[in-house]
This record gives sequence, structure tokens and C-alpha cells, in this order.
Amino acid sequence: MTNDMSEIANLKAGLIADIEAADTLEALEALRVGAMGKSGVITGLLKTLGPMSPEERMEKGPPIQDLRESVTAALAEKKGALEQAALDAKLASEKVDMTLPADHGAQGSVHPVSQVMDELAEIFADLGFSVATGPEIEDDWHNFTALNIPETHPARAMHDTFYFPDEEGQKKMLLRTHTSPVQIRTMMTQEPPIRIIAPGRVYRSDSDATHTPMFHQIEGLVIDKGITLGHLKWTLETFLKAFFEREDIILRLRPSYFPFTEPSVEVDVGYTLTNGQRVIGGDGDAPGGGWLEVLGSGMVNRRVIEACGLDPDEWQGFAFGTGVDRLAMLKYGMNDLRAFFDGDLRWLKHYGFSALDVPTLSGGVGA
Amino acid sequence: MKFTLSWLKTHLNTDADLSTILKTLNAIGLEVEGVENPAEKLGAFKIAKVLTAERHPQADKLQVLSVDHGDGTPLQVVCGAPNARAGLIGVFGVEGAVVPVNGMVLKKTAIRGVESNGMMCSFRELELGEDHDGIIELSDDAPVGQVYADWAGMNDPVIDVSITPNRQDCMGVRGIARDLAAAGLGTLNAIIVPDITGVGPGPDVRTDDSDGCPAFFARSVKGVTNGQSPEWMARRLKAIGQKPISTLVDITNYIMIDLGRPLHVYDMATLKGGLVARKGKAGEEVLALNGKTYAIDETMTVIADDEAVHDIGGIMGGEHSGAQAGTTDVLIECAYFTPERIAVTGQKLALTSDARGRFERGVDPAFLDDGLSIATFLVTSLCGGTASEATRAGSPPSEQKVIAYAPARCLSLAGVDVAAETQKRILESLGFGVSGEASRVEYEDGMPVTVPGVWSITVPTWRRDVDGWPDIVEEVVRIVGLGEVPSTPLPRVPGVARPTATPEQLVERRVRRTAAARGLAEAVNWSFISEKEAAAVGGGEWTLANPISEELKVMRPSLLPGLLSATKRNVDRSATSVRLFELGRRYFRQGERATVGFVLAGEKSQRNWQSGKAQPFDAFDAKGEVVALLAAAGAPVANLQNFGEASNAYHPGQSGTLRLGPKVVLAEYGVLHPSLAKAFGLTGTVVAGEIFLDAIPGKRKSGFMRAPYAPPSLQAVKRDFAFLVPETVEADALVRAVKGADKKAIVDARLFDVFVGPGVDEGFKSLAIEVTLQPGEKSFSQEELEAISAAVVKAAQKLGASLRG
Repeated sequence: MTNDMSEIANLKAGLIADIEAADTLEALEALRVGAMGKSGVITGLLKTLGPMSPEERMEKGPPIQDLRESVTAALAEKKGALEQAALDAKLASEKVDMTLPADHGAQGSVHPVSQVMDELAEIFADLGFSVATGPEIEDDWHNFTALNIPETHPARAMHDTFYFPDEEGQKKMLLRTHTSPVQIRTMMTQEPPIRIIAPGRVYRSDSDATHTPMFHQIEGLVIDKGITLGHLKWTLETFLKAFFEREDIILRLRPSYFPFTEPSVEVDVGYTLTNGQRVIGGDGDAPGGGWLEVLGSGMVNRRVIEACGLDPDEWQGFAFGTGVDRLAMLKYGMNDLRAFFDGDLRWLKHYGFSALDVPTLSGGVGA
Repeated sequence: MKFTLSWLKTHLNTDADLSTILKTLNAIGLEVEGVENPAEKLGAFKIAKVLTAERHPQADKLQVLSVDHGDGTPLQVVCGAPNARAGLIGVFGVEGAVVPVNGMVLKKTAIRGVESNGMMCSFRELELGEDHDGIIELSDDAPVGQVYADWAGMNDPVIDVSITPNRQDCMGVRGIARDLAAAGLGTLNAIIVPDITGVGPGPDVRTDDSDGCPAFFARSVKGVTNGQSPEWMARRLKAIGQKPISTLVDITNYIMIDLGRPLHVYDMATLKGGLVARKGKAGEEVLALNGKTYAIDETMTVIADDEAVHDIGGIMGGEHSGAQAGTTDVLIECAYFTPERIAVTGQKLALTSDARGRFERGVDPAFLDDGLSIATFLVTSLCGGTASEATRAGSPPSEQKVIAYAPARCLSLAGVDVAAETQKRILESLGFGVSGEASRVEYEDGMPVTVPGVWSITVPTWRRDVDGWPDIVEEVVRIVGLGEVPSTPLPRVPGVARPTATPEQLVERRVRRTAAARGLAEAVNWSFISEKEAAAVGGGEWTLANPISEELKVMRPSLLPGLLSATKRNVDRSATSVRLFELGRRYFRQGERATVGFVLAGEKSQRNWQSGKAQPFDAFDAKGEVVALLAAAGAPVANLQNFGEASNAYHPGQSGTLRLGPKVVLAEYGVLHPSLAKAFGLTGTVVAGEIFLDAIPGKRKSGFMRAPYAPPSLQAVKRDFAFLVPETVEADALVRAVKGADKKAIVDARLFDVFVGPGVDEGFKSLAIEVTLQPGEKSFSQEELEAISAAVVKAAQKLGASLRG
């Protein structure tokens, strides 16, 4: 080993030791300038290579090149380490208490009545029923007469009707007592076959824990050829199974009387007592079970079909109606109807639904 | 309609047990509302005999009895009843019995130092009457040791069924029995109508109102003694909650419940001249049996004598002419009142009665003679006296209804195939007459052909409700049982699923869920509000004639009152931040308008560690909601114009409307007028808004579901402009002017700063606007940019604005 070469080796060792010992980026930069700057040691050594003969350069060049590369690498590595340390230190100084609360915005909700109406619309969409609507301020022809409830019919006494004052030469106006007038309006404007549901507000002059002067109903109507009570039964079974999301829905059909249907059928659904609560599902005749009335229905009375200008010998169908609030109570377990209309934010938060709980057939209608 | 099991069994010969009967009643359309056996709570009360009675050593008013209750060991009982004495047979509650009147459990105890086991009971203690003067005294033949309720015939379940308005025939026990017999629960006992041999001419009755009362049949019975009804009748009436009054009155009640036939009995001593059924006269009044006076008019049918009205025909008798304790001569009325007339009169007088309930549904018009005979027979049997011949004034409707019915209809309407023979049996057992041919097979040229049968069905006189073939199907199906109807899948509508919601509904859904996602809770408020509330928001156009209360009287012209009331209730429950919305209708003469309303009250943000104090809502929060919800509803938000002129529900300087063109108002919003907030008891800033969904134009469907679009390849350029404008210039006007300066290049203009203060002259404000320029094919040249800037400044100058130096 020549003297030169040991000098270079010493120089390399010294520089690398200095680089490793540098504790600031500034010190490191000074070392770089001292070694690789315009008048740095390594720069100086590199300059000596120029005038050499090729043979001499072949001999002396590689150690100097090695020195340059080693020092460059050491500088880069150290620079990275120092920058990392500086960043770590900076981040460490920026630490905050992440257990502090964050504002995630106000929580809104969809009312159970709206949610259940959306659920019903979804279920019936699958069965091919469209949605129809009608006015809440109705005339007595649509609400009663066309539905085969004449003025003196005792059935009018079953409805505690809200009336508006009589006006000279005007139809008698009232708040609809059921969604059934939508049946009439649909049959008068639409050609059969008809499959509709009509959800909406209805009104009766009644008020206690299970009755409010305003509540919600949904009406269903099918007018087609060859429709029978058997189709009604299947439709109601299918709908209630889908709505309650249970296969063990058992219906009890009882003959009843509604002027606008014949035969008329009242529908009870079996429940099981669970922790003192009536839970829909199971055989109502089983021990601990019982029946809850949920629906009124029947085959549309020929007179109603006729009143709407259709030929009852050609068209036949069924209709049903049920309380939306009541369905919501039975599915989601509320027990006081009045709370539905109180706007209590605590109740709405508990029983309401997230905006994204959109009922879908693929995702299940319940939320 | 209540009746007891034993009462039912006088008409129905059956072995069926109670639970089968109840189940069958439900199955055939006679809904069981309740069933109760009064004997169940009296099982521990036995007939007992007082053997000895001695004075209590410590108390004057008490006695120490020795009571035999049939188990051979007399018990010592301390008793305070004044009538307790040796030899008395009464009702004894043994240890452990629960006293019905107060729920007390009897146990061995000491009364004033003397041991007492059980209790001798009064009627009131057993809830069998009001009598509490002493303990019950039974007849000497009462069997000691037997359960009292069994001996007294109280072990007789009381069944309560709800009768639908079409089934007048089941407003009598016999009709219910007939239905049960048809359903296979035994046979209907024949009813033997007694033959009355009248003595002397019938009473002077007639009908002058053949529309309201086509038939008025009557007999008199002279020389009766009115007293207490016999035990069996009183017991049945009591069991179903009818208070026994006197034999004559009880007989009419009994026949009404037993046979569905209302009757009336007059005390002839109170009548002046004959009785006539006639139209009422304006100004007439009658004091009815319920103690109330009713004003009569000419639309009503009354029963009157020469001097006064005695009866609101078919609804309620008069107080003065009814049978009394001392009545000796009676006139029994058995009339037919027209259902429609009864309904109208009953509604007009707001008077309900058992008789009205039956007449307005239509009693059996062929049962007048029989009903009168049965009543006369019971009167003469129980009260003595001599019956007259019957007077038959007028005649009841006698139209025989015959319906053509094809048995195949049962399958085509109800979907259940019931054999013709079964249908015939059911109909006949319900009293229908069936004649004609069942369907049969005939051979035409050797080929079998089914000839559908058509029956001629005669409707029984007591079934006024049956008037078409669907009724016949209904009768068959309800007796066969709806359980037999096979569940038949509704055929699917061919093709793939199509949207079934209305466009309005789709908009409502989007808006509802957008509002909920933005932090608002959906409320459902009453559609009606008070007159005062309505007046505060411009007045309602529909006021109910018969509201349930003054608070719920006027159909709302605005959603705000309901929301504000709900807000107030929440504030009263210490809610600090209220964000409520409702989606519903407002009601006008011109129609019902779908509307979204919202109210924001209290804290917009709570005090918190980041920004310190709680922040209230301001008008721009309302505007923000309105814009977001309008966008969700599909309104062209960018094209809407800001106007002032919100209704006076709002702060005049901090409110506005958003319009499509100058006339179509899509929404109004702002800070609530402080006096309106105050009217609802709200303090602090309340902001609100309403969006009129029906004013938003619907989506137009064109070729594609989206307009064509390709993102521009060149980057947009932003330029800021600060203008000094007179204070009165509205920001929106300036932004619009700037935007319109070069409709091709300027794609957006956004106001980002408002400044008033040092450097801005009095009466002016500085508005800073960021303008976004979108180059088309090639980048803007310097000249082009300068030209656009010049156009912007020029457009602003028209509003009195100058570029700020």
C-alpha cells in the first residue's frame, strides 16, 4: 500500500466518523462543503486526477472515486436520519389529546310513519301495486255515498266524521274518514286492471291512548278479471309476512261488514306474549297467544264498481285498509299512539330512522 | 249485544261447550268482544245457616254467630249486620275468599277479642246490588253448603258480541242461535207463538204517517198488576247489565233482547183519546224516559194522543205515559218504523237507544203480529189482566225479495268451491228459501255439457241486508268458514318491475331523507290548528264545523304553527337545540299543497372546547336548509332569484323568498318574527322556512337521463374583483351582473367577502367576488382576459359599483 493510499483511507475513515458524529443538518452541511464543496478535500483530490497519465489514473483514481462515493452515501444517509429525527421531534411536539370530543354534526331522523309508508310502498311495488293519492278534504259523495254508505246508513255512525260548514249550492265537505275515497277516484280515472295502494292521513273525532283525531291509513285496491277472495287472502298473508319479516305470520279471517265490500273480511293476526309484550307471529290460539285485529278488507261491492262507471259483471276485485301507525306500533313496539304526533325529539331520536335506512327489497324492508 | 249462555240455549239445542261457541261466533262474523262468568269470583261464597246469635261481650252492635256452612263443623263468626239472627239462611264467605267489592281476602281474625272465621255477606259486598242494610236473606229452602252462585243460577257465562250494522237479526238472542245452528252447533228450537183470544175491540190506534210508521199494531190489557219481574227474567236482564224496573217494562226489554223486537207499553190512564203515529210538529216537545226534553220537528215520527206527544217513534218513550207501579190498564205498541226515518231522527236528536239501534237497521216486518202476541201473553201471564183484540193500523212492508243465484258464484267470487248441496243446506238453515235447479250435465250430440244451475233464493223477512247474489256468497262463505278459502297467489304483472311511486312521492322521499341527513328530525303534527294560530300565519281557509277542540279547529295554512308548538314542548323539556321538520299538506280553497316546513331554534352548536361559546342559528342557516332541500327536490337552484317579501311570519329585514321568475315562489325562509315566536312562548332567535314542493317544476324526460357533458380539457382560471357599491345594492344583483358579463367564459361567480369600515366610504360597502373563467378550445390570451375583466367591471358599473383600487 502506498503512502497516498493510506492517506486516502485515513481521510475516508475520518470523514465518515465526522459525518456519523454530526448532530445537526447544519453541521452535516458544513462537513459536506468541507469535503465536496468547491474547495473541499475530495474535490481537491479529484482535481489531481486530471493531469495524470492514464496509467497513473488507473492506479490512483479508484481509491479517490471510492472515497467520493462512500462520503456521498454517508452524507445522504446521515441527512435522511437527521431529517427523520427532526420530523419525529416536530410531530412529537404536535401531539394533542385525541380523547377530546369531535363534533359529528346533528343527528336527524325519519318519522316511523314515513318509514313504514316507505316499507309498504316497497313491498307492494314488488306485487305490482302503484301508489295513488287523493285529497284529505273530501266531499261526502266520495267518502260515503260512492262507497255504498247512504246518508241514513247506520255505518255513517261508525265514523266520527269531521265536517265543514254547509255552503249554499256546494257539496258537503268533510275530512276523509278513511283512505277509501282514493279507490273511487282511481276507478273513475283509470282503466282496469288496477292495482294501487293509497297511503295518507285520515281523520276521526276520537281521542284516547289508542285513538287520535288524525292518523294514517293505507288502502289497497285490485280490480281485474277473475279476482277472488283467495287472492285477497294470499296478498294479505304475503304482505304481512314481508312487513313483519317473519314466516310464522298466521291470519284469522272473520266475516264482517263494510258497506263498500261484499263479502267483507276482518283480518286478525296471531301474536305471542313475550315478556308481557304482544309480539306479532305465531298461532293466536296457542296458549299465551291471541289475535290482534289489523285489517279490514273484502271483495269490492258491485255497487261501488258500478258507481265508478265500470261494469261489475266484467270487473271484480278486492280492497283492504289498515292503520299505518298501528302497523308501526306492532312492528317497532311503541305503545302510545299519541307520542307519534308530539314531536318529542327524544322519542323521534329513539324510534326514528336514519336517512340512509331506505327500505329496499334486497336489503330487507325493516330497519 | 250481551246474552248469557243459558239464554242462548233456550233457542239453541246444543252440546257445544263455551269455547266452541265462542270460536264459532267469531268464525261466522259475530265478533266476541268479551266473555265473563260472574260465578267465577263467587266460588268461595256458600249458602250457610245461622245456628245461634249472641251479643258480642265487648260491643253492643256486634253479634257472635255460629254458622253452619255445610261441612258439619259450625264456625264462629263476628257479625255487625242488624238482621243477623238464629235461623237466617244467607251467603257466607269462607276463609280465603276474596270479597268482590273491595278485593279483601277473608282470613281468621279476632274482632274486639273474639275469634271470627269468614263473613256473612250483603248484596253489595258481592257486587250483586246496592243493598247494604244487612246480610243477604235467602228462602228457607236454600240448600246449606251449596255454592250460592250455582244455586242462584249465576253460573252462567255472559257473552258480549259486536253486531255489525247489517245484522239486525242478530240483535236478538234468537238470531244468534239461528246463525250458530246453521254453523252446525246444534238445532234451533221452534218458537211457539201463543194464540191470544182477545176480549173486546182493540185499542184506538192509527197511523197518519205511512212513510215513517207504515204499521202500528196494538192490544190493550186491562186489569194488570205491575210488580217485580219473576226471578228468571230479572236474573237474565241483570246478567247482561239491564236494570230490572217493573214487570211491564222488563217484558218489553226482554222481548227486544230475546227476539230483537222493540215494543212499548203505555199506561192507558195517562192517554187522552186514541194514539196516532204522525209526523211531528215544529214546537212540540217530549220529555223522554232518560229525563231529557227533546224538540220535535216535522221530519220526525211521533206517537201522540189528542193532547200530547208520548213517544219519539221507535227511539224512546215518554216519561209521563210509561208503565208505572200503579198502572192497571196498558196499551202494548208493536210498530214498524222506517229505518231511514229513525236514522235521521236519531242523528238529529243525538239520541241513541236499544230500540233505535234495531229499528234503524230494520226489524223483521213479518214479526209484528207474533211479537205482539208474545208480549201480550207475557203480560197476561205475569201481570194478569184481560187482553183485547189486536188493532192493526197500516201494514208493514211485505215485499218478498227473491234473488237469482248460481251456486258457481261462490267459487268465482270467494274462490272456494262449496258443493251445491252444502250451500243449499246452509242457506236453508239460515231461513232462506232455495228452489230451482243445481247445475247438471246434459249430453249434446253425445258430448257432456255442464248447464250451470240457477237458484231462486227467497230472502227471509228478517234479513233486510241481503239484496244481491254477493250477499248469498257471503252467507255461504261465512258459515263454511273463511279458513276454507284457499290462499291464491295474485298473478304477477308481466314484465320487469316498474316504478310505482308517483313523481310527487319521489320528490317527497328525497327531501325527507335529505333533511334527516342534514340533522333535522321529522315530526308529524296535526293538520288542524287553533284559530289564533292560523290567524298568526295569515289565516286558514277551512274551519271545521265540529272540531274535537278549539285547539284543533282550522286546517293549517302553514306548517309553522305545528312545528313551533312542538318546538315549545321540546324547549319545555329542556332541549337546548331543536331542529324539526315536517312534510305534509297545507289546506286552501284552491287545493292541498305539499309543503316542507322546518324550524331551527336554540343552539346551532353547543359551547365547546374548540370554538368556545354556543352559537345561535341565523337567517343564513335557514337559507342554507332551503337551498339544500330545494336542490334535493330537483329545483334549478342556480337559476332561482332571491326576493324579500317573505310573509309577515318572518323578521322583515332578515327573511326572503326564492323564486323561479318573479311570480313562482318556491320557498320562504328567515328569522321568525319575534312577535310570532313570542306567541308560541319561544325566546331567542328562531329561524324557519317552508318549501312549496308543488311549485317546483317536474323533471322533463328527454332522450337521455342526463344532459351530455365532457369535462373541459383546459384548466379553469380564477380572477378576484373587489367592488365598492352603494349599501342599498343587493349582493345577489351584483353577482348576477358579473355572471352575465360574459355568458360564455364566466361559468361561476361567488361572493366571498363583504366589508364595511375603514377605507370604505360612508354609504358604501365593499363586495369581493371570485369569478371562474373556463377556456374552451384554447387558453385565454392576455387580451381576452383583459376584455373579460373590462366587461365584468362595466356590468358592475351599471349598478353603481366601482372597482376597488
